[in-house]
Amino acid sequence: MGDVISLSGIRRVFIMGDQQFEALRGISFGVTTGEFVAIMGASGSGKSTCMNILGCLDRPTAGQYLLDGIDVGGMDADQLAAIRNRKLGFVFQGFNLLARTPAVENVELPLVYAGLSSRKRREMALAALEQVGLSGKEFNHSSQLSGGQQQRVAIARALVNSPAVILADEPTGNLDSATTAEIMSLFTSLNKQGITVIMVTHEQDVAAYAGRRITFKDGQIIADSRD
Amino acid sequence: MDFLQTLKIALRALRTNKMRSFLTMLGIIIGIAAVIAMMAVGSGASYVISQQIASIGSNIILVLPGSTTSGGLRMGSGGSQTLTSDDARAIMAECPSVLRASGTTRTTSQVVYGNMNWSTVIMGATPELFDIREWPVVSGRSIGQQDVDGAAKVCLLGQTVVDNLFNGEDPIGKIVRIKKIPFTVVGVLESKGQSPQGTDQDDSVFVPLRTAQVKLSRSPFPNSVGAIMVQAGSEALLTKAEEEVNSLLKQRHRITGGKEPDFTTRNLSEILAVAEQSSKAMSLLLGAVASISLIVGGIGIMNIMLVSVTERTREIGIRMAIGARTKDILWQFLTEAVLLTMLGGIIGIILGTAGATVVSRILEWPTLISVQSITVAFLFSGAVGIFFGFYPARKAAGLNPIDALRYE
Ligand SMILES: Nc1ncnc2c1ncn2[C@@H]1O[C@H](COP(=O)(O)OP(=O)(O)OP(=O)(O)O)[C@@H](O)[C@H]1O
Ligand SMILES: [Mg+2]
Repeated sequence: MGDVISLSGIRRVFIMGDQQFEALRGISFGVTTGEFVAIMGASGSGKSTCMNILGCLDRPTAGQYLLDGIDVGGMDADQLAAIRNRKLGFVFQGFNLLARTPAVENVELPLVYAGLSSRKRREMALAALEQVGLSGKEFNHSSQLSGGQQQRVAIARALVNSPAVILADEPTGNLDSATTAEIMSLFTSLNKQGITVIMVTHEQDVAAYAGRRITFKDGQIIADSRD
Repeated sequence: MDFLQTLKIALRALRTNKMRSFLTMLGIIIGIAAVIAMMAVGSGASYVISQQIASIGSNIILVLPGSTTSGGLRMGSGGSQTLTSDDARAIMAECPSVLRASGTTRTTSQVVYGNMNWSTVIMGATPELFDIREWPVVSGRSIGQQDVDGAAKVCLLGQTVVDNLFNGEDPIGKIVRIKKIPFTVVGVLESKGQSPQGTDQDDSVFVPLRTAQVKLSRSPFPNSVGAIMVQAGSEALLTKAEEEVNSLLKQRHRITGGKEPDFTTRNLSEILAVAEQSSKAMSLLLGAVASISLIVGGIGIMNIMLVSVTERTREIGIRMAIGARTKDILWQFLTEAVLLTMLGGIIGIILGTAGATVVSRILEWPTLISVQSITVAFLFSGAVGIFFGFYPARKAAGLNPIDALRYE
């Protein structure tokens, strides 16, 4: 118990024709429930590759990944989909909302695949939107929202199914500094409510919001520090 | 994921590209409309033919003068004078399988009433003919044996002749002139409509056979008839009756051995069965053409669905990242394809029904639209959606979530 995430000896080799590239070369770390982790490192150091594995979107070439104590290595595609649906929430750099779809329906999406009734879905989605401070914009389409507001919708979508971990790959990469501060304080307050957050960022001042910073270099961890 | 939600997503996807959805549907719309219209017109045609078969009377054999060629065509039509009233009487008296027989003559002439005149067919007939053809009078009386025996100058008028000569007047008892000879109208025949050959059977005048032979014909053989209409006792006796007629006439006409007979017998129901078959073959052919257009429409659906999967790769990636399973994505795209084809099917059914109705109004041709054909068309359009939607849907469901998310 204790560690919600536990990686040991994770390798990821990409094969392109006759060329091979090892993007992750033996990554091991654990994350305890309620932590706020920032993953840093130069471009191409393997941060996103690691996040994809953490998010059960990709499988490691070697190594073991325990999520909530369960080994996800042996799971098939549909089981991984169920894990993503129940245990994980994603926030992307490019927001990745559905176009021409009202905010509230975007937030409902994970609940749709979880098989909840439409009344329950609506109730939970509206609550999540209120939590990220978007009351009043529930029925706007994403094209009618600012970048910061779109990212709030994405965060609401990530937290609506009460996941064990929220994974955010450069969530503020497309935002200006004022909006970045807003989004980061939102993450901080969610973390204070007990949600584990793992976030990739390039910026020192963004990483400063986190309680722990892991630094990648060429597919390996070179630093892991806590406040 | 529940069905209602899947349907909602599919509807939204179709609504976002209204024009494209409609154009894609067009192939299915045209195909289904064609199928419905063809089936309606085709079954209308079968109905008309079966009505016409009934209008001729049942179990009929036609005996015509002259012999057949190998191709089945009659040579020297009307030129021979080989059949006589006596032949007709003998057939009726001596062939056990024959119920009735009537010699008939046929000529065309002007019929004059007052200052009106009308060119029509003048048939000479014995009373049996009206029983054979199940053709009663609607007013007055029919032709009796005494009219034939006495060569009475009486006639029966078909409805078309009445309409053209008598302006709403009651024709019974009036005098009409045929080839300058006055005839008393004794009856008006029930309307029969078109014959299988497409002629108006009501455009005719009937006179007693003997009258036609001696008063209207200038033939040197006043006893000859143009044709003998024979009715067998039942459908089962039809072939037997035809054989009996053949051997009797050969005997009467002294045709022995390999000599070519000077008459021909034809079984009318057989001819009409062939006509019915060819109308069925025709509607089958049209159905095949319609099916091809459905297949083309289906390929159009597949094409657009493939484009749609590519365009929405990112959306698929988002859905997968959030927890959509393979089968959720598969169902989503399959539902979209089936929705497209079924909507197209419904519009096609409406258009096809409307088209068939217009055709039947303009051509005065009955069309039959059966619940069965509508059901078949609807289910078929759904099947086209499943068949042509499956490959694109499987392609969408088989995408790798990271690749789909990265897709620009
Ligand atoms: N699908 C792939 N096929 C081949 N090589 C890949 C693939 N994905 C990533 N790589 C390689 O793996 C390495 C790490 O990529 P990754 O996206 O994890 O970097 P990153 O740390 O997220 O960089 P950035 O900060 O620019 O986002 C890169 O060199 C990249 O070229
Ligand atoms: Mg990256």
